[in-house]
Amino acid sequence: MKITREDVERVAELAYLDLTEAELESYRQQIDDILEYIGKLDELDTANVAPMAQVLADDQTADATLREDVVVPCGVAAEILQQAPDPKAPYFRVPKVIER
Amino acid sequence: MSSEWTIDGVREALAAKKLSARELTADFYKRIGERNPELNAYLTLSEERAYAQADRVDALVASGKPLPELAGVPVAIKDVISTRGVRTTCGSKILEHYVPPYDATAVERLEAAGAVILGKTNCDEFAMGSSNENSAYGPVRNPEATDRVPGGSSGGSAAAVAAGLAVASLGTDTGGSIRQPGSFCGIPAMMGSYGRVSRYGLIAFASSLDRIGPFATNARDVAAILKVIAGRDSNDSTSTTAPVPDYLAAMDRPVKGLRVGIPEEYFAGGMDDGVRKKIEAGIELLKKMGCQLHEIHMAHTGYAIAAYYIIATAEASSNLARYDGVRYGLRVDDDSLLAMYRKTRGAGFGAEVKRRIVLGTYVLSAGYYDAYYLKGQKVRALIAQDFRDAFTKVDVIVTPTSPVPAFKLGERTADPLQMYLADIYTVTGSLAGVPGMSVPCGRICGKLPVGLQIFGPAFGEANVLQLAHAFEQAGGATL
Repeated sequence: MKITREDVERVAELAYLDLTEAELESYRQQIDDILEYIGKLDELDTANVAPMAQVLADDQTADATLREDVVVPCGVAAEILQQAPDPKAPYFRVPKVIER
Repeated sequence: MSSEWTIDGVREALAAKKLSARELTADFYKRIGERNPELNAYLTLSEERAYAQADRVDALVASGKPLPELAGVPVAIKDVISTRGVRTTCGSKILEHYVPPYDATAVERLEAAGAVILGKTNCDEFAMGSSNENSAYGPVRNPEATDRVPGGSSGGSAAAVAAGLAVASLGTDTGGSIRQPGSFCGIPAMMGSYGRVSRYGLIAFASSLDRIGPFATNARDVAAILKVIAGRDSNDSTSTTAPVPDYLAAMDRPVKGLRVGIPEEYFAGGMDDGVRKKIEAGIELLKKMGCQLHEIHMAHTGYAIAAYYIIATAEASSNLARYDGVRYGLRVDDDSLLAMYRKTRGAGFGAEVKRRIVLGTYVLSAGYYDAYYLKGQKVRALIAQDFRDAFTKVDVIVTPTSPVPAFKLGERTADPLQMYLADIYTVTGSLAGVPGMSVPCGRICGKLPVGLQIFGPAFGEANVLQLAHAFEQAGGATL
C-alpha cells in the first residue's frame, strides 16, 4: 500500500478540502492504484537527467519575461467585486479571523 | 451531420448577399434549439452578443468594405475560456454563476476577425477528464452515436461542430482534450505548440501543459482559426514572438517526399483492432500519397501517462487553490474562515477534481516531492528529448489519436486509472510542448470515427496542417 487513510486526511487538510467518509476511502483506494502505476517510473535511471522546468526553448523566451513597467488603467474593480459572494466595496468580506 | 458551411463559404455567401450574418446566426440558434436538448453540447448561449456582432458584420457587408477572414462565422467556445459578460462555469458548480469581467485574448481575436460567438460549450469540470462525464452539468452525447461519449475534456466543442451547431469552435488541450474528442466525433482538431496561442483568459488547470486550439469540419478551417488566434500577446508571458506563418498559403504544397515517422511504441498492445486496421489503412494511404515512411523509436512513450498525472495534478492542486469562496464563485458559510474554505471546496468541486487535488497535493508534499514531482519532471525531459531526436530524422510523426473509439456512456467511470490510460497517445506531445492534430481516418463498421494523430516539431504547425489537408483531400476520412 502506497498511501494510507491518514495520508489522505493530512493532504485534504493541506488542500482545505472537506471530504466525506465515503470519499476518503474511495480516493485512498483509487490514488493507491494510481501511485502503484506511477511507480513504473522507477524503472528509469534519471540520476543524470535535468528536470524539465521550462517548456519553451531559450530562444523562444528571449523577450517573454520582461517588459516596461508602464501603468495602464484597469477599471474593472466594481465588476470584479460584483462576482464576490460577500462584497463590501472596496473590500471582500470573510468570516472574522482575529478575536479581540 | 456537420453543417454544410465552411469559413470561406460563409464569407462568400455574405459578400454575395445570399443571406445576412443575422439570418445565419438565427439559423444556427434554430439548429441548437432542435439538437442541443439531446446532445447537451452548449451550456450557455450568448444570443445578445452574437446578434450584435452579426449586425456589425452586416453593416460591413452593406458598406462594401472587404470582409475580415472570419466574417459572420458562427463559433462556439469551451466553457473554461473567459467571455466578458457571458457566464463561464468550467463545467463546475463552484463557478455556476461566474461572469468574467474580461475576454480571453483568443476570444477577442476571433471577434475582431468577424466571428460570431454563439455560446459556451460543455466540458469536463476544469477540463479534467477524457469523456465529458465529469461535467457538473451532465454529459455530452456523441452526435455520431448518441449512446456514446464525445470524448473529453472539450466534448461540447467537438460535438457542437460535428453536429453542425457551429462552424468551428475553441477547445483546450492539456493531455489530449482537443485531439481525443476530435477523434471520437470525426472532425479535425488541433493543439498548436506550447506558446503558440495566448492563454490569457483561459481558466488554468495545468499551466505548463494547457493550450487553446480549434475544432472545425476541415483542415483549412482549422488553419484559418489557428492563424487568427496565434501570436504574441503581451498579457501572456508564455506566448512567444515566433512569427505566425500563413498556414493557408502553405497548405497546398505537395507532400511527396515528406518524411513521416511511425513510432513503433505507439502500436504496442492495448489498441482496439478496429482502430488498428483504420490506422494501418491511413498509413498505407500516406505511402500512396508519396510520403516517405520511416519506422522510428520513442523509447520513453510508455512512461508518459505516469509522468503526466504527476505533473498535471501537481499544477492543478496549485492552480485550483484560488477557489476559496472569497473573490468569486460559490461560498458555503461558516463562522470560521478555514472551515468556510474547506466546506466551500468540498461542496463546490466534483469527484474527479477533488481526486486530482488530493493526488497533486500529495506528490508535492514534504517527503514525496523528489520521489514523484521531481522524477516526473525528469521523465518529462526524456520524453521531450525523444521528440527532438525523432525530428532530426523526420518532418512529422504519425500515430493513432486514441487506442479506442468513442466508448459508451458510463462504461469507464468506475476506474479512474483506466480512464487516464485512454490518453496514452496524446499526453506525450503535451509533455513535449509540440503541436499535434487529429484528423479523421475512416470509421469502424462505417460508424465510429477513428482519428490519425500528426505531431510536428515545436512551431512546425505548417507541416502538420499541410499533411492533414493532403490526407483529407486523398479521402482519409472515408477509409
